[in-house]
Order: sequence, then structure tokens, then C-alpha cells
Amino acid sequence: MTAVLEARDMVIRKGGRRILSVAHLTVEPGEVLAIIGPNGAGKSTLLTALACLDLPKSGALFFHGQRVTRANALAVRRRLAVVFQEPLLLDTTVLENAAVGLKLRGRSREAEAKARAWLERFGVLHLAAQPALTLSGGEAQRVSLARAFALEPEVLLLDEPFASVDVIARAGLIQEFKNVLGSTGTTAVLVTHDFREVSALATRVAVLAGGAVQAEGTPAAIAAHPRWGALAHPGSGINLSAFLSILQKPT
Amino acid sequence: MDLVVQGLAKAFRLLVSGDPEVLQITFLTLRVSGLATLISLGLGVPLGLYLAVARFRGRELLVGAVNTGMGLPPTVVGLWVSILLWRNGPLGMLNLMYTPTAIVIAQAVIAAPVVTGLTMAAVQQLNPKLRLQVLALGASPLQFWWLIIREVRFGILAAVMAGLGSVISEVGASMAVGGNVRWYTRVLTTAIVLEVSKGNFDMALALGFVLMLLAYSITYVLTIVQQRRRRL
Repeated sequence: MTAVLEARDMVIRKGGRRILSVAHLTVEPGEVLAIIGPNGAGKSTLLTALACLDLPKSGALFFHGQRVTRANALAVRRRLAVVFQEPLLLDTTVLENAAVGLKLRGRSREAEAKARAWLERFGVLHLAAQPALTLSGGEAQRVSLARAFALEPEVLLLDEPFASVDVIARAGLIQEFKNVLGSTGTTAVLVTHDFREVSALATRVAVLAGGAVQAEGTPAAIAAHPRWGALAHPGSGINLSAFLSILQKPT
Repeated sequence: MDLVVQGLAKAFRLLVSGDPEVLQITFLTLRVSGLATLISLGLGVPLGLYLAVARFRGRELLVGAVNTGMGLPPTVVGLWVSILLWRNGPLGMLNLMYTPTAIVIAQAVIAAPVVTGLTMAAVQQLNPKLRLQVLALGASPLQFWWLIIREVRFGILAAVMAGLGSVISEVGASMAVGGNVRWYTRVLTTAIVLEVSKGNFDMALALGFVLMLLAYSITYVLTIVQQRRRRL
């Protein structure tokens, strides 16, 4: 089966500096790929590259086997959805926020009904008429997730989506998100720092460090990977023992 | 104090009686400054959006020029527009000198940097990641700019108020390129200057009150729209 997304020798530069260099990485249909790694590893850069928001300077990104170029990037982006760490809602109502992606795709007729359905799924339909900028962090992130799912994306790309949600609300939201992923079978790429999210959600893990993929495999295989030692040096930002213990005992 | 009261009374009488000359001057002021503000919006909003988002060599020079332009002395603008429109000037063949159009051009030059600068500042106050999110939502370039404009609409409204305020109150450029011709290019500010020079302080005060009323009324409407969001 062709990968939904495939990066080959993908290099991203910023300010003349090479930020990311991925020899090969695929996102397979139906999987939840977690991207983990220390701060500054290039995780967010990789996510924006996979979301076709930053085209590689060299190498290539493929969507269903078709190379993503400047000419078709918009069409590909319209088959994806991205949820960032901050909810990044527009200065309008909650409903309008959830519907805006479909409206941009010229699907205005179904936009409102779909938006309502997804707001309900994430438990924020009662806020539909409210100005989005008055919501709490947790509510706003639920709206952001509803906005992404309303697009029925082929791949959902998430950059630490639960980091801005307080600890009490987080566990519930992760569980709801997991249920939705399970019921829709949406392919997802999840950048995270939280190993509990990895064990709860991921079917495969890619470890990024120094802008390159250092290891990839199932959460259990990654936990047992011999190269972890090299990545767990002080200051790398990875708590290896916590990671191992959580991955080996999935919640 | 008597003078002020007399001025107020005269302003009231002029407005109530519908003095044709005052009405003509008031409507010309509205038309000229309104049109100049519209033109400055057409130029300033796209340029402000572009300067806020784009990164190119020499951008800082251009941004510096815009910021300096926000304080352009109207008299200097009047001088340069006069040189351009003068009979022997580069645009002399258009015969625009001492016409309302000449005032519109000069006032648009005054307001454009104000609108550009304030639009740029409004966009730069947005979370930079919001631009990425809008693209990620599947916006085409045109949709992207439309959504960004919608996000900074209150900032642009502030730019409209500042732009209009800067031109409706200026006198140097209108005098230089309009010539203060009675029934043709006389606007409220140039009329006030003339009445002061003639010693007709009550008339000058009356025209001043009309000008303030006009500026306040327009700004009040825009403020209502701008402040509506606070109640949400």
C-alpha cells in the first residue's frame, strides 16, 4: 500500500542553517505516528513540512505517491488538517471557526452542519455562538480539534495539541481524541513531549534529534532501542527512564 | 468667553439656516477628505499587509520611510504636489492645480503612510502562527489575505480614523494645491484660516465648530463599530 505521506531526503533550511534533514519517513494509512525528541530537534519543522506549509529546499515530499510541488501544495493542504499547540482561533464565533475550513474549500452548504456535529462530538456545541477569543484554553483546543476533524482530513497533523490544556482536563481530552481517532480511522501524526500521549495514542514512533530521524518503530520497539542511550545524555530533554517505564506499560 | 459663545451661536445659526456657502464648504470637505481616505486605504492596506508579512532586502528602509511618512508635514506635501501639478510640472498637462482633485491627491499622500503604518502594526500584533494556521486551513492566497484583513479589521478601522483625522484637519496642503478658491476649492480648514486673517473670529469659530462636529460624528460612528466587540 502506498504511504499517505512520504519524505525522501527532505532538507529544510532556515536562515541558511539546515534545520531538518530526513532521509526517509513515511506515514502509513490509518496509523498514528508520534514524533518525539528533545527540544530543538526539529519536530515542529518536520510537522510543518509534512503539512506542506514549508516545501523542502532539496529532496521531496510525496502525497499518495505524488510529489508535492508549489503548484499542487494548496490542493494537498486541503486534504490535510493541522492542530497547533495554541488553538489559534479566528476572531469570530466558535461555529464560524469550526466551519471556516470547509467554507474555504467551497463547501459552505454542509459547513455549518458538519461544524455543529464536530463541536458536539468534542462537547463544545453549547459555545457555538460565543466569540472564540473568550474561551478557556481547554475549550479553545476542543474547538481547534473540532475544526480539524470537520475537514475530514486524510492526515491529521498535531503539534503538541494537549500542551496548552490544563492537567485536569488533559486526560479526558486525550481519551476523547483517542475515541474519535478510533471511530474515524483518521491517519495522524502527533508531535509530543508527553510520553503518556505516546503510549495512549501512537501506533508507531519516530525519534527525532539533531534534525534527523534517529529511530522509528512501535512504541515498545523504540523503548528497547539500543540507540536511546546516545539520545538520553543530560540536557537532551528526554527522560529516558520515564519514557521506558511508560512505554513498556501502556495505559 | 463671549467670543466663544458668539461663535457657537453663529455655528448653530449657520447650520440651522442652511447657509449655502457653509454647506458647500462642509460637503466639499467631506467629499475631498472622504475620497482621499478611501484612496489611502486602497494604497495603504495592501502595502501595510505586505510589509508586515514579507521579508525582502531593503524592507527596513521602506518601513522606516512609512513610519517617517506618518508624520509628513502637510505643507511639504502641498509643496511637492504643487511642483508635480504646476503648469510646467511633470503632470501639468492634467490641469489639476487649484482643483478639488489636487486636494484629494495631496491628502491621499498625507493619509496613505498613516494607513500603511497602522495596518502593518495591526498585522504584526497578530500571533505569527495564526498565518500558518490560516494556510493550514486550506486558504488560497486570496482567501489568506481576506482572513488576515478580517482578523485585523479593528486595527484597519483605527487606521481609517487616524487617516481621516490627519486629512480633515490639515490646512497646508489644501491651501497650497487648492488655492482656497471660493465656491470651488475652499474647505473648512482653509476657510477658517481666511476668516482668522480677516479678523472674523466669530465666523472662524463657527466654522471650527462645524469641523469638529463633522470629525467627531464620523469618528463616533466608527468608534461604535470598533467598540461593539468589547460587549461580546
